[in-house]
Amino acid sequence: MIKNSLGRELPEQIGDYVVRPYQTAQGVPPSTGPVVTRRTAEHRQRGEEKLQPTLADAIRAAGLADGMTISFHHSFREGDLAVGQVLAAIRSLGIKNLRFAPSAVVNLKNFSLAEYVQDGTITSVEASGIRGELGDGIINGIITMEKPAILRPHGARPRAIEAGELQIDVAFIAASAADSYGNCTGQIGANPCGSLGYSFVDAHNAGRVIVLTDTLVPYPCCPVSISQQYVDYVVKVDEIGDPQKIGAGAARLTKNPRDLMIAEQVADVIAASRRFEEGFSFQTGAGAISIACTKFLADRMKTRGVTASFALGGITAAIIEMYDAGQIRAVECSQSFDAVAANAIASRSGVVEIDNADYSNAYSKGGFLNHLDFGVLGALEVDTDFNVNILTGSSGQMMGGLGGGPDVAAGAAISIVALPIVRGRTPSIVRHVFTCCTPGETVACVVTQAGIALNPRHLRYEELKQDLRNAGLPLVAIEELQQLAQSITGVPQPIATTEKVVAIVEYRDGTVVDVIRQIKNNAE
Amino acid sequence: MKIIKAAVAGTLESSDIRIMLCPREEHGIEIELDSVVKAQFGPAIEHTVKQALAEFDIQDAFVQLQDKGALDCVIKARMQCAICRACEITYDWTKEDAQNEQ
Repeated sequence: MIKNSLGRELPEQIGDYVVRPYQTAQGVPPSTGPVVTRRTAEHRQRGEEKLQPTLADAIRAAGLADGMTISFHHSFREGDLAVGQVLAAIRSLGIKNLRFAPSAVVNLKNFSLAEYVQDGTITSVEASGIRGELGDGIINGIITMEKPAILRPHGARPRAIEAGELQIDVAFIAASAADSYGNCTGQIGANPCGSLGYSFVDAHNAGRVIVLTDTLVPYPCCPVSISQQYVDYVVKVDEIGDPQKIGAGAARLTKNPRDLMIAEQVADVIAASRRFEEGFSFQTGAGAISIACTKFLADRMKTRGVTASFALGGITAAIIEMYDAGQIRAVECSQSFDAVAANAIASRSGVVEIDNADYSNAYSKGGFLNHLDFGVLGALEVDTDFNVNILTGSSGQMMGGLGGGPDVAAGAAISIVALPIVRGRTPSIVRHVFTCCTPGETVACVVTQAGIALNPRHLRYEELKQDLRNAGLPLVAIEELQQLAQSITGVPQPIATTEKVVAIVEYRDGTVVDVIRQIKNNAE
Repeated sequence: MKIIKAAVAGTLESSDIRIMLCPREEHGIEIELDSVVKAQFGPAIEHTVKQALAEFDIQDAFVQLQDKGALDCVIKARMQCAICRACEITYDWTKEDAQNEQ
């Protein structure tokens, strides 16, 4: 066992995975060599067709074989219908032992992903999170996988791909419109999902790229997100996804007074900061508190007479409303979180699709996060060291995904984690998070209904403390919030785990922030 | 005190607990617990339930709990209500006054 700088105990090696322990949020230096890619040069002749009659034909043509790696985007979230169709076609061809590497495994209910693991079609998973039946099964030991899952935040996936740690053999890209030569987009067609931000890195670096669409348009497809020069095959399917389910439940404004109170306090913190000035930038996200916070922020901006240079990341209808009101100059969408946001890119010149790698990868020449002033993040748990858990529930379920959380916390000048101190009987401000996902040193501020706590170890602590004091915002110590939560819920018994590591949580630089161990079966 | 009939208190809403209290032929307390926070608070919940039964001096009971993350004070209140219904008594509101005076 070794300990990383966050005090998390890690095995030195897990199977053939050699653990590089997390050191600092600054990250390890990049490799100096060229990026690794599987993309090959081709010489397409006039008249050559890319359109394949069925998915199975395309998969066969792409040469998918046992032991290879496949990838998908999760832009349709729980409305996705592409992954299920592709896996069914792969199974029909008898291909086994695949590494499944989508940008995230969401809780897909239109088919059972777990069955593909149990029948050996999929033998390992690498994603930003594994929600649903498969994730719960893995953590509880009901579903066993030979290799632990590797969980990476959004910024770490492109880094891992270009570092050669995650080489994709065949990328499947569901696009809401495509022409028969592979030019495609998520912005138009019968079922638009908006930004295809997650798929750029796959298209640029996979060995073979297959585009699935339910809306085949005449050549050339316009607008274009992913260009024909990266695409090997195109397949027409009946339906790739349901855009109405992208933001299921998330897109409405909460009426919960507790969440509204937290959201308003987040807006107060932002408005109190010296960085809240003309041309500032922000990211709020898609949780109930986040959307409410966006609304409060819009009010504060109006009152103060400031507009934002850009809003970033997963974009919601609330952000598009602000754009339409002239409050934001540019909306940089790495993902579209609801149907309104999905349709906004095609109709508004300042609402643009961006490559997820350009949003969050710390290891490139770009990175919008390096210019972000405020990032608002949700969390399942925060501990008194400000470490954040966004993966595992306190009863040992896979509750969430890393998403861009660790990236935004490290990138934004001021990162704000907003959450209630208890949920039901579960305290969410704790002594030690069950799974550390975002290192505490990158969290500037925690906002709860019971007060605002600043992190003394954050780079901009003095600045923020001064600004909040000047604005007359009361501050509490994180330990007080933890004590208060505990006084309400009682002291929870620690979750007992076995030694078996079922998932590895990587940081932006590929070092290990934590591992998830299998929960001990507590049947009497 | 003796349980006369089966009684229910509480709901299946989040942060609530539904408690069913039944007479038990055999001697003793039997608790069946289903909780979303069983791993962390199972023993704590059973402790609160037993305390409430002791408060009314109930020796024999079958208690079925469907907990949706209720706080301790909620569990206690729901237990008191279920006991009053099951024993066909009214709650003695002066009880706590007496305790406070002591």
